[in-house]
Amino acid sequence: MNTTQTEWNDARRQIVGNAASIGFAVAMYGVSFGALGTTTGLSIPQTMALSLLMFTGASQFTLVSTLASGGTALTAVIASWLMGTRNAAYSMRMTPILKTSGPGRLVAVQLTIDESTAMGLAQDEEAFEGRASRLAFWATGLSVYLLWNLATFIGAVSVSAIGDPKSFGLDAAIAAGLFALVWPQIKSRTDLSVAFGGALIALALTPVVPPGVPVLAAAIVAVIVGWVTGRKLS
Amino acid sequence: MMWFAVLAGTAGCYALKYVGSIIPAHILEQPIVKRIVLLLPISLLSALVAVQTFATSQSLTLDARVPALAAATVALKFKTPFILIVLIAAVTAATLRYFGLAS
Repeated sequence: MNTTQTEWNDARRQIVGNAASIGFAVAMYGVSFGALGTTTGLSIPQTMALSLLMFTGASQFTLVSTLASGGTALTAVIASWLMGTRNAAYSMRMTPILKTSGPGRLVAVQLTIDESTAMGLAQDEEAFEGRASRLAFWATGLSVYLLWNLATFIGAVSVSAIGDPKSFGLDAAIAAGLFALVWPQIKSRTDLSVAFGGALIALALTPVVPPGVPVLAAAIVAVIVGWVTGRKLS
Repeated sequence: MMWFAVLAGTAGCYALKYVGSIIPAHILEQPIVKRIVLLLPISLLSALVAVQTFATSQSLTLDARVPALAAATVALKFKTPFILIVLIAAVTAATLRYFGLAS
């Protein structure tokens, strides 16, 4: 076995392990989601359909809580779309890395969420001819998909959840996990200012616009900085 | 009614992601577009981390998540493995909450 093969085996083991740990942290919220779904008037099949088909946690929670707080179906639908908009940017970024086509592309699109994108981009894009990025995306996407759906089912049928995920510190764990995945993506001063700019805009807007919009608004920083720095290159 | 919300919401969320995946390569290769697409996940994910750390619904709060993220940052500086960073954050927040030191 040559060195590259050994290195790849090590990298692969590490990526799969990280993907599994993200899956478990996210799954605890899946239990909450399942319980929330069935306690706010959705049937078990409807709750499961959201996790199986929509499969984007923020949109799912938004849809269900809008319905629960007396919003109309249309408001709930639009709110869920708004939450899902950032995934469009993720698939723009991931598609050239994943090099998928046909049915593979359709599956990759379904698995494009915060966690799978962050894990994919946290790897060196050139490492092992891109295999590290691709494995990180697929392993994380599949691990979250399986565990999120299993957890939703458990939450939906048992209704009483295992307890508040916050008491286990899982809200902080998910934030820290994503932070650890953004960290290696910041390679220059420009990247750092975009990260800070995005964070500040989102926090500044949090009290004044509905949840979901602040994160989406952070895109403006990438657009402005990308425009200015990209124009210098062209 | 409920099925309408479930299915319409799902269709829209998938369509958004699909549209992102079918943008032709020659558009994505233009320098300005390329820079923007490279920077988008950085700004969106950083914003998400900020909101997940400092926001509770529509208010800004300082609770157990803040020291947990601070601990995770220190761990990151020392190149700690991913799983440990996640655990350090969880244990910090859970401990502070258990002893009633932070909400």
